Amino acid sequence: MDLSRRDIFKIGGKLLLLASAGATLEEILGAAPPSEAYRMADHWWGMIIDIDKCIGCGSCVRACAQENQVPAGFFRTWVERYQVEEGKQPLVDSPNGAMDGFPPSKRTDLKSFFVPKLCNQCASSPCVQVCPVGATFVSPDGVVLVDETYCLGCRYCVQACPYGCRYLHPQKRTVDKCTLCYHRITKGLTTACCENCPTGARQLVDFKNPEDPVHEFLRNNKVEVLKPYMATGAKVYYKDLDGAVR
Amino acid sequence: MIPGVDGFIYPNEVELQWGLLVVLYPYITGLVAGAFILASLERVFKVEAVRPTYRLALLTALAFLLVAPLPLQLHLGHPERSLEMYLTPHRSSAMAMFGFVYLWYLMVVLLLEIWLEYRADIVRLAQTTTGWQRLVYKLLTLGSENVSPEARRIDDKVSYIVTVIGIPSAFLLHGYVGFIFGSIKANPWWSSPLMPIVFLFSAMVSGIAAVLALYMAFMKVKKMPLDMGCLDTIAKYLFYTFVIDFSLEMLDLVQRTYEADESFRTLDFMVHTRLWGSQVILQICVGTLLPLALLAANQLWRFSVSRRKAMYLAASLLTMM
Amino acid sequence: MLLGGLVVFLAIRAVVVPKDFGKFGHYRPGALETISARSIAYAGHEQCLQCHDQEAKVHGGGMHAKVSCETCHGPLAKHTDDPTANVPKLPDVANLCRRCHEKDAAKPKGFHQVDTLAHSQGMLCNSCHQPHNPQL
Repeated sequence: MDLSRRDIFKIGGKLLLLASAGATLEEILGAAPPSEAYRMADHWWGMIIDIDKCIGCGSCVRACAQENQVPAGFFRTWVERYQVEEGKQPLVDSPNGAMDGFPPSKRTDLKSFFVPKLCNQCASSPCVQVCPVGATFVSPDGVVLVDETYCLGCRYCVQACPYGCRYLHPQKRTVDKCTLCYHRITKGLTTACCENCPTGARQLVDFKNPEDPVHEFLRNNKVEVLKPYMATGAKVYYKDLDGAVR
Repeated sequence: MIPGVDGFIYPNEVELQWGLLVVLYPYITGLVAGAFILASLERVFKVEAVRPTYRLALLTALAFLLVAPLPLQLHLGHPERSLEMYLTPHRSSAMAMFGFVYLWYLMVVLLLEIWLEYRADIVRLAQTTTGWQRLVYKLLTLGSENVSPEARRIDDKVSYIVTVIGIPSAFLLHGYVGFIFGSIKANPWWSSPLMPIVFLFSAMVSGIAAVLALYMAFMKVKKMPLDMGCLDTIAKYLFYTFVIDFSLEMLDLVQRTYEADESFRTLDFMVHTRLWGSQVILQICVGTLLPLALLAANQLWRFSVSRRKAMYLAASLLTMM
Repeated sequence: MLLGGLVVFLAIRAVVVPKDFGKFGHYRPGALETISARSIAYAGHEQCLQCHDQEAKVHGGGMHAKVSCETCHGPLAKHTDDPTANVPKLPDVANLCRRCHEKDAAKPKGFHQVDTLAHSQGMLCNSCHQPHNPQL
């Protein structure tokens, strides 16, 4: 195909116009610079959970749902009840994610406990690894987030998450998950779930803060992350987690 | 009111995320890869017997490759954003890199090979037709109207090279999909280095079966006689590939059962309950063992032409299921 | 032809992809601002103390001292924004207290839990217990 010089100028000019229009639009609609008070580089967020304090009331699940407008039937955080009988497979249940707490345990003779679960904000996150476009990412302060305007809704990350914490938002048609209440923690508040936990079983922690209770917590207790063999760099640490928990 | 989950399922997993639409895609690219391998049998491995199906195999591959993204687009929550995979591909994501593998295969392997094969016909048509058809064919010639024996020899040579590049590309195309599934450590049934190989061989099986069935169908429609030598050869290759594919799948099954690690209990339970009908009855018995028996019988005994035609047709249709 | 396609592709890319994509990693940095700017539903118990210091004093001296106000009273950011316009409803005592304090084998042994039916014979919990400081 032979292009005359005139054609090249015509096409080139149109492209230039388009590019500059786009750039101007970007400037006008572009996001505001981050607030001076919060510096991402000063924080590395995680959570500590004390199994022996959790009473399975579901306040965290309700609080999260209200704070983040979580659609019904999906959960950014949930609580599981384990009833472990010697020599048998444990009974695990999570009625509606424990949104309304739990019905009474039928067996009173078993070792039973509650395990709150949420996104583990993995440092080497498999979900971030598989996102084809860069819609989910680990923020500089250690929170795994989803860019709603960029997500295709392919659900590769939902498949890749070993902890089952992601879901497809039925209305937005993009993937949604626990954001560690990023909109709260960047303003000095704690997460909705930690704020509303009546026993203090859940606590937001900042590994970069030398005065944070997490350092003593990790040093003085037997702690574990969920599915350590997956080597995801999970940042939610459980104290006294029983071996039956998956 | 969501009933809630019990057992080792997470509440968010109640709704299955990768369903039928995602399954369709590997099936279709499998057909593509398999059809291309059959075509390459003639071009690179000089199996003259399958010459009659060369063009059909290439066109089958192209047709399915063009259609393949459709179920994926339907599956996406935001198909209008799918271009992002090409604009900002995440280099650590197998899926993002696959977009380029697909593009490579489409442009360089398939389109080029088909163009080379049909070039003589395109040039002839460009010279003999009139009106808008003439314009279309003239465009398709891409400026090259030389059809002398010399040029045709060059065509063949280039086509040979393209096919040689195309065979590993076809392997990459479908093996890559296997890698996308196989690299998910969160899912114990998928996570295995065998996955890309299994995908590859089952792709070859279904692709060859597809061309076999299509060849018989087209000859019926065009009311032309079937080349039994060609058909026998295709069936033979189908049989060989099928044996390898079946062995691989059984290997996975046997090893899993033998090692019986934690994930095995759940998988075993699923296979015996929800998956019994689709996996054991349909896929293994009807879809694999039965066609294998039909094809094996043809290797061991000689049947009449009509019997063979019936058996081949049945085998290929069952295989594609 | 391929080259032409490449040029078009690069042109589209320059227009569509934000300039600062990739600044912190393979994502759009604008997303961080968008996510941080979401609205807040739970004000946090420190906010409540600013006006309700009487209740805070009672609350602070009892067993419920560590329980945040909004755990029982629900999300109150709207109330702190405009206290008279958004008056919170009182919690549903019949179900609220039970969710935590109903006796259950799975709850930690040291935690105060009762068989509420036997304990109160159907009476509301706040007939005897002051919710902010429930000790009797």
